[in-house]
Amino acid sequence: MARAVSTRKRAIYTVIAWTIGLLIFFPILWIFLTSFKTEADAIADPPLFFFFDWTTENYGIVQERSNYLRFLYNSIIISVGSTILGLLIAVPAAWSMAFVPGKRTKDILLWMLSTKMLPAVGVLYPIVLIARSLNIYDTYVLLIGVLTLINLPIIVWMLYTYFKEIPVDILEAARMDGASLRNEILYVLTPMALPGIASTMLLNIILAWNEAFWTLTLTTVDAAPLTAFIASYSSPEGLFYAKLSAASTMAIAPILVMGWFSQKQLVRGLTFGAVK
Amino acid sequence: MATQHSRSAARLMMTPAVILLLGWMLVPLVMTLYFSFLDYRPLRGAFDCCVGFDNYVRFFTSSSFWPSVLTTLQMVGGVLAITVIGGIFLAMLLDQPIWGQGVVRILVIAPFFVMPTVSALVWKNMFMNPVNGLFAYLWKFFGLTPIDWLSELPLFSIIFIVSWQWLPFATLILLTAIQSLDGEQLEAAEMDGAGVVNRFVYIVLPHLARAITVVILIQTIFLLSIFAEVFVTTGGSFGTRTLTYLIYQRVIESQNIGLGSAGGIFAVILANIIAIFLMKIVGRNLDR
Repeated sequence: MARAVSTRKRAIYTVIAWTIGLLIFFPILWIFLTSFKTEADAIADPPLFFFFDWTTENYGIVQERSNYLRFLYNSIIISVGSTILGLLIAVPAAWSMAFVPGKRTKDILLWMLSTKMLPAVGVLYPIVLIARSLNIYDTYVLLIGVLTLINLPIIVWMLYTYFKEIPVDILEAARMDGASLRNEILYVLTPMALPGIASTMLLNIILAWNEAFWTLTLTTVDAAPLTAFIASYSSPEGLFYAKLSAASTMAIAPILVMGWFSQKQLVRGLTFGAVK
Repeated sequence: MATQHSRSAARLMMTPAVILLLGWMLVPLVMTLYFSFLDYRPLRGAFDCCVGFDNYVRFFTSSSFWPSVLTTLQMVGGVLAITVIGGIFLAMLLDQPIWGQGVVRILVIAPFFVMPTVSALVWKNMFMNPVNGLFAYLWKFFGLTPIDWLSELPLFSIIFIVSWQWLPFATLILLTAIQSLDGEQLEAAEMDGAGVVNRFVYIVLPHLARAITVVILIQTIFLLSIFAEVFVTTGGSFGTRTLTYLIYQRVIESQNIGLGSAGGIFAVILANIIAIFLMKIVGRNLDR
């Protein structure tokens, strides 16, 4: 909306927006600040904001006590693994639905989406039972498999909406100019599809990273990711705010940065293309 | 472009995704359905086939069923009300010309990326704790008695935490929708003498209707299965046991698989009713 707005009006809106923005963001800032305090400073009365003895000891303690790196490693393996596996399955599917749509394509797409609506708790026990009988409970295989399946509908949908925007005319023009199928895919399709694939990947890593039902119920030790690492702090011993903060900062920082980069794709991915 | 050959190739490319999702949907669902007709309690060695609808009857008539439905409705309704109203307000605010809009946007969106277990734990301990929480300091500062949020106002507290996580989602989607609003239309209305309220009710709100519906439906689906926030804050006590949590307790904690499965089937049906509405909206969009 390119309307001329008085500076005064603009200043008022700016102040309101910044105040609300900072209030909403405050808990995250507070986690970050507290993670650099000593435990005594973390519960100081009145609360300390910026003027305290900054220390990084909490990060060391958290790593030592609960082996943060191990959980981080699991989180990366599971979220990246399930995303890549999901893409491998979804790219061909979305591709064919976007470029060679059949009569049933729309129904299949909607049906895929409907599997996403299945409440996890309704199928929890069968999954646990299957996992135990196959001897894959608390393993990467199980977690990657389950997360791939729960996010597959979103991956297919996102890719589909991106592929759909690639004009078929360009492909035909390339063919008329004598491009071989290999060249067509390599030099015409891929460059146009890559941004879509990249943002799909980003959003899905975020979703898999934060998934907290299956990761909490299907892991105990070996494959437990950061969600479980944080949950282990729910029964604290003694003073632990600074340590909890350090652990939380380490668990959310990577994904927060990725999230900010993917905010535009987020809308599209999470509304299945219904809002663009 | 679509020759017979490419058609069958296309179908082949779709097959893995379709088969995997079909299996993912059918196998566990059929198992749950089957279990729901059994007296199946592994810890007691009970595995009796075909008790008819006993589990369903027991699930629906148990004293914790209706409270859990009520809790679920309150939680979903509360979060929806806060996030949708707050989201419309924030989206309209962020649509105004402000300095550093990009930064404010980033600040507002941030909570969505915070792991549910982190946000629940941090709110519980660092903000809502009656002794050392920030709210307790704030209350004391104003000379009030600090509140033990999670035992005195447990449901409200969880609604508050979940709303904090979902407000960014609503805001982001509504902002995207608002930005596609034609500015000239608003200007024309303004010149014709339409006030702020009229412009909002007759132009902005109708324009947002679809986005609001999408936000409500998608959030409902996610909110119905809220788990981590209850798991780490109250563990389902103090009247915060939602339907999802009740089923979880039946299946995992008391290991009454038959009973839990009957509840699971109920949850699946409930989710499907909502899903049908969402599908209609998304499906309509596909035609365009």
